[in-house]
Formats: sequence, structure tokens, C-alpha cells
Amino acid sequence: MISVHHLDVSFDKVRAVNDVSFTVASGDTYGLVGESGCGKSTLLRVLSGLNRDWTGTIEIAGRAIGPVRDKAFHRQVQMVFQDPFGSLHPRHTVDRTLAEPIAIHGLDNAEARIARVLDDVGLGPRFRFRYPHQLSGGQRQRVAIARALILEPSILLLDEPTSALDVSIQAEVLNLLARLRAARDLTLILVSHNLAVVAHLCNRLAVMQGGAIVEEMTVESLRHGAPQHPYSRELLQATLGYHRPSDP
Amino acid sequence: MVSPPLLSVRNLRVRFDTPTGVVEAVRGIDFDVGRERLGIVGESGSGKSVTGRAVLRLLPASTTITADRLALGDLDLLNADTATMRRVRGRRISMIMQDPKFSLNPVMTVGRQIAEAYRMHHRVGRTVAKRRALDMLADVRIRDPKHVYDLYPHEVSGGMGQRVMIAMMLIPEPDLLIADEPTSALDVTVSIQVLAILDDLVTRRGMGLLFISHDLNLVASFCDRVLVMYGGQIMETLPASGLHAATHPYTRGLLAALPTIDTAGRDLPVLTRDPAWLAAR
Repeated sequence: MISVHHLDVSFDKVRAVNDVSFTVASGDTYGLVGESGCGKSTLLRVLSGLNRDWTGTIEIAGRAIGPVRDKAFHRQVQMVFQDPFGSLHPRHTVDRTLAEPIAIHGLDNAEARIARVLDDVGLGPRFRFRYPHQLSGGQRQRVAIARALILEPSILLLDEPTSALDVSIQAEVLNLLARLRAARDLTLILVSHNLAVVAHLCNRLAVMQGGAIVEEMTVESLRHGAPQHPYSRELLQATLGYHRPSDP
Repeated sequence: MVSPPLLSVRNLRVRFDTPTGVVEAVRGIDFDVGRERLGIVGESGSGKSVTGRAVLRLLPASTTITADRLALGDLDLLNADTATMRRVRGRRISMIMQDPKFSLNPVMTVGRQIAEAYRMHHRVGRTVAKRRALDMLADVRIRDPKHVYDLYPHEVSGGMGQRVMIAMMLIPEPDLLIADEPTSALDVTVSIQVLAILDDLVTRRGMGLLFISHDLNLVASFCDRVLVMYGGQIMETLPASGLHAATHPYTRGLLAALPTIDTAGRDLPVLTRDPAWLAAR
């Protein structure tokens, strides 16, 4: 479904993404884990078309795509951002936020589409005419997911979709994503610094460090065999909490 | 074995006067901190950070803090005048904030900030203060203290900035350190180093540590005891090692909602909040 070969991205002197290649099969959920500055978000922004300055090849559904994307691309690939407080227009109601993509793409049945997508993300019609400031963080992230889904894309790019949320709300959003993935047959790419979140939702993952993928593995092998690369092991260790140096 | 607590809090309440009415952020909590690592966990809005700030009386003027007792040893923090509070802050209780980027003075080198913190509370000259600051930078495992001393906050990384802040907060040798999410702005590998430094300094100097965090696993593994807060109240107090055997439905719910590498493919149990947890008190 998605294949990336020898992708390079540079900002001035910094090589943010360094010769990255990976493929994601249709229906897969692929995780990109790593720390801030490892290039994972840049990689996602290249895929979504937000960053146009890159070299390498990207194919989506067998079609090579360039730096500038057309409307058809955006119907197929949508993105959900980290901060639900920053990613919604503060002076647009939920209804207007959701109506805009429909208008841009000239789709019919706006009314029914909005009602349906609100139901799908578990918000329902009573949230339709609210402004973002009248919603909680979890509800805003649901609106952001609804905005991404309203064009019925087959690929969803998720940039730290739960890291601004409390654990209990994170659980709701993760459950929602898992349910939507099954119901709509979505292919997901999830970027996160939290290995536990990635392992929970994804079936395959890549660990990134310094702009490169240091290790790629299935979640199955993460759970059973310890990861090979020392950096992946360090990340795995960190999900378990703090260990006193004197501890065995 | 039982020594008198450093900090003793009884029936602490914090109210904010807002244009839309009074919000009670902390509703009658009791706890003691000894020479130990006490964790406070809770979700956003549970009152954990407000509790930490109330101890230092670092809240806006529109806030009302009341308590039956809020004392550091024999000193009544609730009724202390501002001059006394200024001597307490830094010298006896200091605080590490979440994000070094917003907590350091951007137009002053980090070394001078640390030396200033020392001179504020000790009558010493510049040279002595500088030497103490360099020692302190070495203590927080900064490899080249002389070089780092002359850097400005924007020239250091997040992890180094947090170490600089720890150095600045520990140099007056306080009895109690309040750390409010000290590692949540840091990458995992860096945060482990920062925790190790805190751990080491707390143990070596016999300080008390109030560690505020939303991360249950971290608190369970780092602290000695844990308070679980929800809606401005303490739901339960547990030995940290027993956090995973918690009995309160709120704590249990939070723990169950955490994804792990073993929860793949399953729905996470969603927390159902029971109004009865917030019994009027």
C-alpha cells in the first residue's frame, strides 16, 4: 500500500531523515517510534505532503507520488495531529470544520456524511454545533479524527494522537482507532515516542534514531524475543519504569 | 525509626476565584512528607500541581489557601509573612518545574543563575559561589562544567537544561524538593539519567522529595510512597511497590487503561468515574 525507498530530508545542515526505506501492506498498522528529533514526524509530514523538500521515491497504492499532491491523493491519505488544542480552528464549529473538506472535494450529502462520521467517532449529533473550546481534549481529538475520516480515506497518518491526553482518555482514543481501523479497513501509520502505545495498536514497527531506522520488527517479536538493537532495548526498558542502578 | 515529618499537611484546601465562580482545586487533603520519595499521581485537573504550589504559596493572588495545618517542621507556612516565605523558597523547599525552557532566565548564563541561587541564601563572595556552582554542575553529571557554566539556556539541550535546573534548586541545600513532572518534557533515555541524579542526591543528602507525575509506572518504580489524587482529593495512599495491587477503583481503572506491549489487539478498559469517590468532606 505504501512503500518508501531511500528517503532523505535535509533542513539546512541537518539531515532529518537519512536513507529511510520501508513498506506498509494494506490493512497494516505500522508504528514509528523514537525520541524527539529522530525524524519520525518529518517522515510523516513528507508522506502527508506537508513537507515538499525531499529526495527518494514514495509509492502509494502502486502509484509514485511527487512533492506536490493532488486532490485525489488527499481523499486517500489523511492525517491526525498531536495537539487537539492546536489542530482545530478555534472559531469554527465542529460542523464547519467537518463541512470544509466536503466542500473542497465537491462531495454530495454533506448533511448525512457529517452525521455519520460524528456517530462513528462516538460523539453524536449534540456536539455538531459546538466550538472547540466547549470540548474536552479527548472530544477534540475525536473531532480531529472525524475530520480526517470524512473524506473516507484508506490511509490515516497519526502523529502522536494520544500524547496530549490523560491515560483514561488515551485508552478511549486507542479503542476508537482500533474499532475504526476494523470497520473502515484502514491502513495506519502511527508515530509515537511511547513504545507501549505503538505496541498496543500496531502490528509492525520501526525504531528510529538520528534520522535512520535502526531496527524494524513485528510487535509479536517485540513481545517474545528481545529487540536486537541496544537502543530498542533501552526504549523497551523505559516503558517498564525506573530502575535503580543498584538493582540487578 | 519514626522521625517527625518534614512537611505536614492537614485539611488543605485551595480555591480559585474565577469570573465564572469559585473552583475548588484541592478539597481537604492530609499528608506528611518525611525524608523519603513521596509521589503524587493523578490526571490533569486532579489538583496535584496545585498542591505542590500551595506548599510554597506560589499561586495567584485570587487563590484562597486554607488548612488546619501546613507546616515545615515548626514553621507555619500558611501564616508566614512574605519575607519568611522568601527565605523558605529555595533555601528550605525548592521546586523543579516541568520544562527547563520556560523556567530558566534566557538572558543569563546558566552558571550565573546557579551561583546566584547560592548567593541568595549564603553570604559568600562571587568566587566561592562560582566554585560551588561548578561543583554542583559536576554533581548533576555535566561532563564539562567550565564550558557549560558560560552557556545560555538556549544553547543547552532539554536534558541538560533540566540538570541545570536541578543544580540550581539543590545548591542552597533545601530540606524538601518538590518536583513537578520533572521528566515529562524529556526523552525517555534522558529522563532516566535525570531520575538517577535526583535519586542519588535525595538519598545522599537525606532530602525529602515530593514527586508529582501523571505516569503511574514511573512513580511506582521511583518513589517510596504514592498518593493517588482525583478531583482535588486523595483517593488512597499506598507503598509504591504496592501500587499495582491498589484497591481503589480509580487507581485500578487508571492502571487498566494503560496500554502495554501485551495488550495488543484487545480493547483497553475505559475508566468509569463514580461520583461517590468524591464524597463531600
